[in-house]
Amino acid sequence: MDSNLDIDKVFKALADPGRRRLLDQLHADNGQTLTALCEHMDMTRQAVTQHLQQLEAANLVAVIWQGREKLHYLNPVPLFEIQELWIKKFECGRLGVLLNLKTKLEGNQNGNEKT
Amino acid sequence: METKKPDYVYVTYIATTPEKLWQALMDVDMMAQWWVDPKAGCARVNVSDWKPGSPWEHRRADGSGVVDIVGKVMEATAPKRLVYSWARPGDAADESKHSQVSFDIVPYSDGLVKLTVAHDDLAKDPAMLSGVSGGWPTVLSNLKTFLETGHALPKTAAAAHA
Repeated sequence: MDSNLDIDKVFKALADPGRRRLLDQLHADNGQTLTALCEHMDMTRQAVTQHLQQLEAANLVAVIWQGREKLHYLNPVPLFEIQELWIKKFECGRLGVLLNLKTKLEGNQNGNEKT
Repeated sequence: METKKPDYVYVTYIATTPEKLWQALMDVDMMAQWWVDPKAGCARVNVSDWKPGSPWEHRRADGSGVVDIVGKVMEATAPKRLVYSWARPGDAADESKHSQVSFDIVPYSDGLVKLTVAHDDLAKDPAMLSGVSGGWPTVLSNLKTFLETGHALPKTAAAAHA
């Protein structure tokens, strides 16, 4: 059996900006409670709960119980797997150079606009 | 009873049995095939008799016998839970600098086994924290590939190794 079929769930979970923000929050501070995560989210507690459930179903968030507290952790294993199994083949090296160029040029442009 | 808050938690689902996974975590010959971080270059094996209280060593499998990490087996409940402490060889005597790694194995549905790896107390050693955080996803991904396909190494790691 191939448990890598869950790759669809990973991409679907990542398709929502709110869920990506939750992952960013956990990346900044791993192992947070729902209440802590809600503080920085511009949505209802119920909506955050639903997003977390989807992230958990995609195995992007792992949950650990600490006494009565449910702590959420960013689980980077599926991200590593989609990178290794699918994304990496698209010539990451050369694309990295292009992205640097774009960042540099657009960064300068933004700088010019400001002055 | 675990009361500390882990620094990192990693979860992977592997199509295998708890017994095979347990064996893969302890058997030196199996480990030499999957405990490979392409960045680190060579395979590593964890050597111990895996009895609670016994020491263990994270040894390079390139013939050099160099030991990068040492620790003590804190818990070994086959095939469910393995816990060991984790330290640089130079800090072996100083337990205040030791972190802790736990492996929890739970049968899941559809012939899958859920493996949860937690690394605690890394804050005591910030350099170790950054070194460890990139490493576990690679190692766990290799473990999954090894158990599911029987292939010694993913192609990329094998190429880097050759």
